[in-house]
Amino acid sequence: MSMSLRLPTPARLGYSFNWVGRIGLAVILFWAVIAIIGPWITPYPTGEMVDFDYFGPVSQKFWMGTDYLGRDILSRVIMGARYTVGIALAAVTLACAGGVLLGMIAGVMGGWFDTLLSRLLDAFNGIPSLLFGLVVVAAVGSSIPVLILTLAAIYLPGAYRFARALAVNVNTMDFVTVARARGEGFAHLILREIFPNILGPVLADLGLRFVFIVLVLSGLSFLGLGVQPPNADWGALVRENIEGLSLGAPAVVFPSIAIASLTISVNMFIDNLPTRIRDRSA
Amino acid sequence: MTEPLVCVRDLRIGATTDSGRKVEIIKGVSFDIAPGEIVALIGESGSGKTTIALSLMGHARPGCAIHGGTIRLGRHDVTGMTERQRAALRGTEVSYIPQSAAAAFNPSKRIMDQVVEITSIHNLMPRAKAEAKARELFRALALPDPDTIGSRYPHQVSGGQLQRLSAAMALIGDPQLVIFDEPTTALDVTTQIEVLRAFRSVMGQGNMAGVYVSHDLAVVAQIADRIIVLRGGVVQEEGTTEQILTAPAHAYTRQLLDAFEPVPHVAAPKTGAQARPILQVDNLCAGYGAIRNGEPAAKILQNVSFRLERGRNLGVIGESGSGKSTLARAIAGILPAYRGNIQLDGAELKPDLAQRSKDQLRRAQIVFQLADTALNPAQSIETILGRPLTFYHGMKGAKRAARVAQLLDMVHLPNALRHRLPSELSGGQKQRVNLARALAADPELILCDEITSALDTVVAAAILDLLKELQRELNLSYMFISHDLSTVEAICDDVLVMLKGRVVEALPAARMSAEAVHPYSRLLISSIPKLDTGWLKGLEQDPELIALFARR
Repeated sequence: MSMSLRLPTPARLGYSFNWVGRIGLAVILFWAVIAIIGPWITPYPTGEMVDFDYFGPVSQKFWMGTDYLGRDILSRVIMGARYTVGIALAAVTLACAGGVLLGMIAGVMGGWFDTLLSRLLDAFNGIPSLLFGLVVVAAVGSSIPVLILTLAAIYLPGAYRFARALAVNVNTMDFVTVARARGEGFAHLILREIFPNILGPVLADLGLRFVFIVLVLSGLSFLGLGVQPPNADWGALVRENIEGLSLGAPAVVFPSIAIASLTISVNMFIDNLPTRIRDRSA
Repeated sequence: MTEPLVCVRDLRIGATTDSGRKVEIIKGVSFDIAPGEIVALIGESGSGKTTIALSLMGHARPGCAIHGGTIRLGRHDVTGMTERQRAALRGTEVSYIPQSAAAAFNPSKRIMDQVVEITSIHNLMPRAKAEAKARELFRALALPDPDTIGSRYPHQVSGGQLQRLSAAMALIGDPQLVIFDEPTTALDVTTQIEVLRAFRSVMGQGNMAGVYVSHDLAVVAQIADRIIVLRGGVVQEEGTTEQILTAPAHAYTRQLLDAFEPVPHVAAPKTGAQARPILQVDNLCAGYGAIRNGEPAAKILQNVSFRLERGRNLGVIGESGSGKSTLARAIAGILPAYRGNIQLDGAELKPDLAQRSKDQLRRAQIVFQLADTALNPAQSIETILGRPLTFYHGMKGAKRAARVAQLLDMVHLPNALRHRLPSELSGGQKQRVNLARALAADPELILCDEITSALDTVVAAAILDLLKELQRELNLSYMFISHDLSTVEAICDDVLVMLKGRVVEALPAARMSAEAVHPYSRLLISSIPKLDTGWLKGLEQDPELIALFARR
């Protein structure tokens, strides 16, 4: 009888993390919280010059030093989290959700729909990502929604290809045939039978894409096409303070650490997802 | 007595599961093999028979490790060796013939290159000599065109030939011990005979010792001198083949033998001729590939017709490629038939399942062979069984949960299993869940596609008993597809014999072995191994028939 009393808690079903995954998740959550509560905890307004010196060292007053204009780096990193984490997360969610959905539809439907969509997205994939970003931003101007949509568009074809390949494999499994023979509709086949079985690899792919998007966003900001001054994302912070490197200023070091900590912890988290999810690939 | 070739003492092999739990797979096994002797390891899946066989090469599968005991092979102590020394041993002292020859050959290299590979790895002999020796082995193994077969690619020979070629690959280094890992399990019965014969003659000439791993007692009876019965990593019984077959001492061995001779099916009384058959198929044609002029490129089924009365069972037998699974798929509508007529209880079924009504789909359910792939690995048993209940009967909440419990009870599974995922069940349990899902629809007809083929004999016999019990209680009709005549005899009233997409013979199951007249049916019946050590030796088959029907 003791068996029937076993409750299906996450840990008992195998949805538990190892400590590396937990550290990754903790760092991601930390930055997410910082991004949300940023405006209330910044010691100084982001755009204001508060130090008389430029490239100031770490001090009691300025925990992370000051930048090339004498602005507080800590405040700028905290506010930069909003842009970097927010934009990258929104873009990667859009790219993967769209790509996976289209990929599953194409993989299950097959035929002309699959061929048409695949070739179309292949062609789109051929455009260099930074060039595409440059053209779009130059054409419609830089704003946060434009940045998010541009980045999502750049990374959608890859997510589509990946999900389609997985869905095609799962689609030939007997349990999908059984569901089809039962008379199930298209939505059930995709969402209930196929999606849970490609979730593991798709999440791993999402983590990878997230990192790429953070890097491309930094690249766009480096070119001056990303977040516009006086606000700045982390990539922009690195760019505008790059001269400080020769002066040994902390201004360039801390934004770099912030980028590294986020990207590395996302990978740590994805690589150590619960085995239940991770090993579910077909 | 002579010094044994292989000496295994108190062998212990353990593994670490994904969740980090340590389990012992082999729990202190000891046995000897004399030079020139063939010893069979018999047991169901999970009994550790393959693990023991692999350990004789000093190999443990990933995650497993030899924890204790000693294995001595000739003058080598396998357990005390470094990995490099073991590698030198493999191919020259001990070699391995895998279950699936198709997976063991590299599809992009010629057969000869792969067969002589061992001689070049171990620097045994020059290439020309090795090729000459390989051709000799091809001849000894009764392969066709022994001089030229080596220049073909693996996909250009049949499955039975490939299995014999993998034996040539294993024997080229003149090993003292050959490990056969279920080498005929994946083959058709008519092909199996030829492969077994080839193995027997080569092993007899070479005075090599062998370990034959199998779950099929009848096959083992033909080739082994001694049998070791395993269960749960422990030796249950050890004895000569004669003794095990005629006077088994252990209860488990008797159970294995009993499972081999299933209780014959008591035919349901024939209902009046006026009663509507549950399933009637007329001139059904189906195939795969691009459709031109209303006909597909590869035609599989050709003019198949039969009737299945309500409450009776129809068996469909045939070898791989005979179209029996295609027949089930065409009836279920998964593969739309391009011609012909299917009637379920007098009402016509449209060829494509998208055009059938939900109620028609509900009344005929299909159960697949591999429960591993037929159950969604991401869903719990409760979700898997609950879906058809919601889909067909609109059940929800407590009512559905109660029905799931009832269904699990019907297939003799504890209700506590409902929170588990399919990967946490054994093969037999999975097949029961697979069956319960079909029952959830309240069907009248169940199409069973080789549902016992992937199971161990004892488990398969239990599934057959369950099918019979369910039939009595629920007034079901089964269409039972199998390549195994004894399984079909155990459950079916009528049998169709299929060959190349056509029905060549239809007979009541009870009269099948005695009255079948079509030469192919006769060949099929005579090819089924019997629990008799002299069966293969005494077997005489018409070579013309074999040339005509068996694809060796």
